[in-house]
Amino acid sequence: MNWQGWAEIALTLGLAVLLGWPIGVYMARVWEGRSTWLDPVLRPVERLFYAASGVDPTKGQGWMAYLGALLAFNAAGFFLLYLILRAQGLLPLNPMHFAGMSPHLAFNTAISFVTNTNWQSYSGESTLSNLSQMSGLTVQNFVSAASGIAVAAALARAFAANRGETLGNFWADLTRTTLYILLPISVVFAIVLVASGVPQTLMAHIDAHTLEGAKQGISVGPVASQEIIKQLGTNGGGFFGANSAHPFENPNAWSNLIEEIAMNAVGFGCVIAFGRVAMAGREARALVIAMVVLLVGASAAIYASETRVTPALLHAGVAAAPNMEGKEVRFGAPSTAVWTAMTTGASDGGVNGALESFTPLGGGTAMFMIKLGEILPGGVGSGLYGIVVMAIISVFVAGLMVGRTPEYLGKKIEAREVKYAVLATLILPVTILGFAAVSAVSPIALKSVSATGPHGLTEMLYAYASAVGNNGSAFGGLNANTPWWDTTLGIAMALGRFAYIVPVMAMAGALAAKPKLQPTAGTLPTHGLQFIGLLIGLILILGGLQYFPPLALGPIVEHFQMLSAVSH
Amino acid sequence: MPSAIAKSGSQRAMLGRATRDAFVKLDPRKLTGNPVILATEVVAALATISTIAAVFGHQPILFPLQLALWLWATVLFANFAESVAEGRGKAAADSLRSARVDTMAKLVDPQTGATVPTPAHKLEVGQIVLVEAGDAVPADGEIVEGVASVNEAAITGESAPVIRESGGDRSAVTGGTTVVSDWIKVRVTAGAGSSFLDRMIAMVEGADRRKTPNEIALAVLLAGLTLVFLIVVVTLVGLGAYSGVKLDPVVLGALFVCLIPTTIGGLLSAIGIAGMDRLLKFNVLATSGRAVEAAGDVDTLLLDKTGTITFGNRMATEVIAAPGIPEGAAMRAALMASLADETPEGRSIVQLAREKGVVAEAPADAVSIPFTATTRLSGLEVGSLTWRKGAVDAVCRHLKTERAHLPREVQAAVDRIARSGGTPLAVAEGDRLVGVIHLKDVVKPGVKERFADLRRMGVRTVMITGDNPVTAASIASEAGVDDFLAEATPEDKLRMIREEQGKGRLVAMCGDGANDAPALAQADVGVAMQTGTQAAREAGNMVDLDSDPTKVIEIVEVGKQMLITRGALTTFSIANDVAKYFAIIPALFVVSMPSLGAMNVMHLSSPESAILSAVIFNALIIIALIPLALKGVKYRAIGAQALLTRNLLIYGLGGIIAPFVGIKVIDLIVSSLHLA
Repeated sequence: MNWQGWAEIALTLGLAVLLGWPIGVYMARVWEGRSTWLDPVLRPVERLFYAASGVDPTKGQGWMAYLGALLAFNAAGFFLLYLILRAQGLLPLNPMHFAGMSPHLAFNTAISFVTNTNWQSYSGESTLSNLSQMSGLTVQNFVSAASGIAVAAALARAFAANRGETLGNFWADLTRTTLYILLPISVVFAIVLVASGVPQTLMAHIDAHTLEGAKQGISVGPVASQEIIKQLGTNGGGFFGANSAHPFENPNAWSNLIEEIAMNAVGFGCVIAFGRVAMAGREARALVIAMVVLLVGASAAIYASETRVTPALLHAGVAAAPNMEGKEVRFGAPSTAVWTAMTTGASDGGVNGALESFTPLGGGTAMFMIKLGEILPGGVGSGLYGIVVMAIISVFVAGLMVGRTPEYLGKKIEAREVKYAVLATLILPVTILGFAAVSAVSPIALKSVSATGPHGLTEMLYAYASAVGNNGSAFGGLNANTPWWDTTLGIAMALGRFAYIVPVMAMAGALAAKPKLQPTAGTLPTHGLQFIGLLIGLILILGGLQYFPPLALGPIVEHFQMLSAVSH
Repeated sequence: MPSAIAKSGSQRAMLGRATRDAFVKLDPRKLTGNPVILATEVVAALATISTIAAVFGHQPILFPLQLALWLWATVLFANFAESVAEGRGKAAADSLRSARVDTMAKLVDPQTGATVPTPAHKLEVGQIVLVEAGDAVPADGEIVEGVASVNEAAITGESAPVIRESGGDRSAVTGGTTVVSDWIKVRVTAGAGSSFLDRMIAMVEGADRRKTPNEIALAVLLAGLTLVFLIVVVTLVGLGAYSGVKLDPVVLGALFVCLIPTTIGGLLSAIGIAGMDRLLKFNVLATSGRAVEAAGDVDTLLLDKTGTITFGNRMATEVIAAPGIPEGAAMRAALMASLADETPEGRSIVQLAREKGVVAEAPADAVSIPFTATTRLSGLEVGSLTWRKGAVDAVCRHLKTERAHLPREVQAAVDRIARSGGTPLAVAEGDRLVGVIHLKDVVKPGVKERFADLRRMGVRTVMITGDNPVTAASIASEAGVDDFLAEATPEDKLRMIREEQGKGRLVAMCGDGANDAPALAQADVGVAMQTGTQAAREAGNMVDLDSDPTKVIEIVEVGKQMLITRGALTTFSIANDVAKYFAIIPALFVVSMPSLGAMNVMHLSSPESAILSAVIFNALIIIALIPLALKGVKYRAIGAQALLTRNLLIYGLGGIIAPFVGIKVIDLIVSSLHLA
């Protein structure tokens, strides 16, 4: 560890928050349907969409109608994507003549991209045609992100409402978020990425003549455009199997920094926008601070853990500091640490290293970040509603201790809100632990696990955590393209996305219908240091309590084994 | 004030009954409302079966037997907590029941007017009964004729009789009270079984107890946590099997019970019952727990000025001498003019003069001049000497002068008094104006501090008065209320409550008059005075047996205390889990994975001892916290943030640390006794 490393971590996080701020201010304008400077160009396009689909964007929807529209849209997206992936062999723009995907892989991949997870049981460059990448995956990269952001917008309106009935119009939110937020920011960032060396072409590969005179085909394609929405939309699905460790996805320190910032900026932006729409700017700032504190903690833990060489290697005299195991030479430990913390905190899932080769605590921290519920700052939109659920539980437990029915942002937190918040938080442990426990004793599942002992357990736990958290990053070492893993991970992704959104939307409906209260001297303030500490404490304690036993059997025991050098 | 309902049976008898009830409550059907304790009971039963199996399988039974016993103890302790809380109410109900004697009522025949002896329980609503001195009032009702003094000790515990009369706000009588003198005719307003006394009994006994909204919300959270830990423990079977760890199902059950929030789960209902009990101690009856909880949430408190904020009578506070008159002379004239005045104002002038050292007796030949509507003056005449006092205009008329011709100093004094919300009275001696008396509404001592406390609690106080806005504003600022409603009619009151509620605020008020009934019904917390009308008592959701309007403040505190206690014990319960993990997880895995021994930070002596100690701690903590659940966490009006910091430190941080210490101590005892 050195000061340059710490400075790099601080700079990256700082820039992400700093950029999130104006993005959030702008997003709030878009959510509220106010004019933006892009109107002259985009307003006609937006109107065209409404006219073509017969949507009245001013017609408010209740929570059920809003949710119904969202689910219907995502279901349609799933079926369309499934068809494209199955039939890509028959479709154009397939220069490498790839065949269609197997049913289970197409099921897994379609769910993966619709749920904003982008878990990839395949390597893009050797599986997908350009048509599948562009019209299938990239489209979902946009609209799955927009769906999450739409839920965040609806929740913000619920807090702003005073005995309100509607939460906005899903179709309008979807259209406006894609057109006014995701597209313009992507265009700008994609150009910057191209400038820093990321390829953008419809060519399939470049033929290179090596020094030995052999001819080598190097895969290229429309990388930059997919790369940027992968980060901005916290999707994480790479063009190449190696994801952002691949030199074409992430060629140098500049592209690395830009991608790191991009994957958190919109997430932070959602929180800021939420604060503006819900008339709770200070409270939103508190949420951002809590997120940043936990991110810094995780980055520091991974950095500290990843710069230390394992005792066994040191003893054998085969390795010296710094510990470069699992890291790209062009990034190094601090960059990899902050990337890993940010990608797991943000439900992005893009990776620039190999988690499998991290130290037990480094990889364990990454896994714990996902298990905290993808709220730091989480997926675009989903992170916001995730942390609001945590804030509601914190306010409920601790808020009672000030002697009032707890309130959050002027809304009383009563049985219905608690019920929906609890239902939402149950999804993660039920799915992760349930599937992992079954897989741990199922011979079919275990055939795909390369490692034995605690490391193998971590591989499985990580896979399900990544799926349910809609993160999509892989720990590695797991051959997930089997019927068992494709199917169960697919189910886990769908549960983690939609079984979470349903109670959140129900909660939004209940909150909107309540009167908006003014704070009094007896109301627990939810913007100060005290609340930030409380929220962090609750997130860590609840997360810890749920996952302590499996963590003990996985990374923790591996850590102690590593220290006593009895590694397998 | 000792109350009949605050008196309860002996401590020993009550604990005996509670212990018995704790066993009765083991019936799983009685635990369906409490998933946490029900889950504990299921695990206890499984542990028992496993112990019996161990007996037949000739395996060591000491460890599973102890675990099973302590798990049963956990359930019993939780049941005991609830029984103790209920016990207090039951004792109070018994003493109330003794007041419900079935008397023969004197039913008045509407045609003949003659009385017909009828058993009280056969009376119907609307019938008229005659109640004479020595009779018990047979049913709740409204006096239609007569006036009587009534002993209401059976209800209020106050043995001094009170006057009840037809018409006005003192016309309600309660079944079970006794007429001490005179007679009254009462129209029955409640049939047998639904009388005030019956409702009281049902309330204190907890027969009517339904879960309050906040209790339901908390129960949902606890059920959710129970489910999470069920998943954690069940999936540990699979994850453990993969890792080559053999897990004893009884030990897994023990881990499950330790993790689920048994502490708050066991004490939750006791906290609610105890909250109602605390109100009873203040001699306030709530019709539902919901009302008590709402009290904690009150944002706006409407208080009648008279009787609550001020003493209710205007009192003389100073006498300002007219120019050229010595101060003593002015005071003496005021005294002389008031000697024969028996009104509270008059007496307060005499009192003020005595305080200033001016004493005078009315001579035997003095003639008192009473107040009349035409003169609007009162006073005293001794021979040719006359003293008069009255409103400034009336005195001017008496002196045949104009107000404008009064000395400038006098006019200034009159204006100043009026502006400050007081009432100026002019005093004339002979045909000379000698001074001005300042009468003012005196704010009760201590109310200002209480309102400041309320403000820190986040409660806004609004004073309701029939006074004009000037007077109202002056008293409002002196008493330190946040707002006032002047020249208020009952309709204004109702409108104000609706307005406040429209802004999302919870409103509390107290009232006694029949015209308060709509407002009492509209308010979220309506405290009716026991001396008030039947209509008011029906409309409110609380009845104050002492008829003390300032009691609302205590009610708010009790409501807050109840919520704080729930939050504190929930936080404590969850925080406890951290230490329990550090005790049990290494113990579970250390045999198969020796390197996890590093996590045994408490250095517990053996895996068995660690598990047993955690289970014992988990059971004993319930017993240890029963007094706190019953007494409630003390509420302090120090503002929400400071209060939370304090409680987080005590119950959050304390909840993390306490079990580390407790489990270690129990482990030392367990291992030294060779129990595990």
